[in-house]
Amino acid sequence: MPKESHGLETHGLRLDGQGKPLWLSLELTYRCPLKCTWCNNPLDFEDYAAKELSTEEWKQVLRDAREIGALQLGFTGGEPLQRADLEELVACADGLGFYTNLITSGIGLNEERLLALKAAGLKQIQLSLQSTRADMTDALVGARAHAHKLEAARLIKAHGFPMVLNMPVFRHNIELIGEMIEWAAGLGVEYIEFANIQYYNWALLNRDELMPTLEQVREAERVVNEWRARLGKAMTIYFVIPDYYEGRPKACMNGWGAIHLTIAPDGVAMPCQEARVIPGLEFESVRDRPLGWIWHESPLFRKYRGLDWLPEPCGSCSEKEKDFGGCRCQAFLLTGDAANTDPACSRSPHHHLVQQAVAGVVAPLRFRKPLIKRAAGAVSTAFMEG
Amino acid sequence: MDTATLPADARPRLSPHYVFRWEESQSAFILLYPEGLIKLNPSAGAVLERCDGARTVAAIVAELQAAFPAQAAEIADGVRAFVDLACDKGWLRAA
Repeated sequence: MPKESHGLETHGLRLDGQGKPLWLSLELTYRCPLKCTWCNNPLDFEDYAAKELSTEEWKQVLRDAREIGALQLGFTGGEPLQRADLEELVACADGLGFYTNLITSGIGLNEERLLALKAAGLKQIQLSLQSTRADMTDALVGARAHAHKLEAARLIKAHGFPMVLNMPVFRHNIELIGEMIEWAAGLGVEYIEFANIQYYNWALLNRDELMPTLEQVREAERVVNEWRARLGKAMTIYFVIPDYYEGRPKACMNGWGAIHLTIAPDGVAMPCQEARVIPGLEFESVRDRPLGWIWHESPLFRKYRGLDWLPEPCGSCSEKEKDFGGCRCQAFLLTGDAANTDPACSRSPHHHLVQQAVAGVVAPLRFRKPLIKRAAGAVSTAFMEG
Repeated sequence: MDTATLPADARPRLSPHYVFRWEESQSAFILLYPEGLIKLNPSAGAVLERCDGARTVAAIVAELQAAFPAQAAEIADGVRAFVDLACDKGWLRAA
């Protein structure tokens, strides 16, 4: 989830890297019944199933993270409902003082589990929905999911949870944004987030097919603004123009190792959910090292923390405190060096790479390449561990 | 943005889904809500602590003025301004 934390307001809290991991994301598992072509899980997600932390290990992570000041907690994945101990972990987190958020596809959420989660102290649910049309949703996620998702949405509201409806946005569904807002308003959804997908892992494989045209993005922005004016305070609508189009890099994660801490299913601690795409970094697992040491002291978290490490043109840039040089993972994936300025920035010497990708988007395509669906066995690195 | 002024006999209380509590690691009162958090300064914390849906705005002002008599005028203005802001932000609702 390399993102601008537009949903995470942090008034008065320190964002300078000397701070605390205010936002903790636990990727409980990479298992998931869906096959989304924009999934940001690693390509070798299947290899993690055997290495998932146990219930007791996750509880220790929760205690250790509270010790170092974590407050907001997202249970994510994969599909976190695939873990039968989700309710137990929510209860543990609630008891420790976290504000608990569940980030789910809705698959596996029935009334029984919803009641158990509520009893455990769960505060909020973020539900993903890809379109307002059943055939499109089902095709996009590679499963008969639409009806389950609508039922999940109904249950979530019926049981009084606040809800963030998350719609990942790309070329295929961007024109349904208005319909989606109308539907969500009817259901009483408080927050809706249009997540212009970001191009890592599976999404990067499918980038040429998924990326919307600039005209589509501008039209979507116009529709969003119209609805914002119409709905006022009844619904908060998050919509950020993707960095590929803006010439400005995103303030990714509010800076590396500043306020975000993610724990992968195998216990590896990361500054963001994509960080493992960067080769040559030394990742540490909570199985081997204390979490406090990993956050404060480990070479990984110190590597791009703060502003001192910034290369040119970032080092002398007046906007460095706004965007911290952008996204490390994107810099690596597009330029081959994570320490480069994010090429989404118009001042990056590699900005032409992003411009080329945007210019290459033409719609409608006469001959569409099939999208590569997230699938087991596509990539495995397990053999390397012998 | 227009900020409506809450009448003195309104009884503000925390919006549903918001958690207000003391956080030792920040040495401050904080507000937690879906995907967000806010650290409150001591005066904002003192006001929110009293927004329980039972006390009126006037009662909150009186209580804080009794605690800090030297700053009576500032407290009257400050409490009203903060309560209005907090309602506008959606943290508080007037009951």
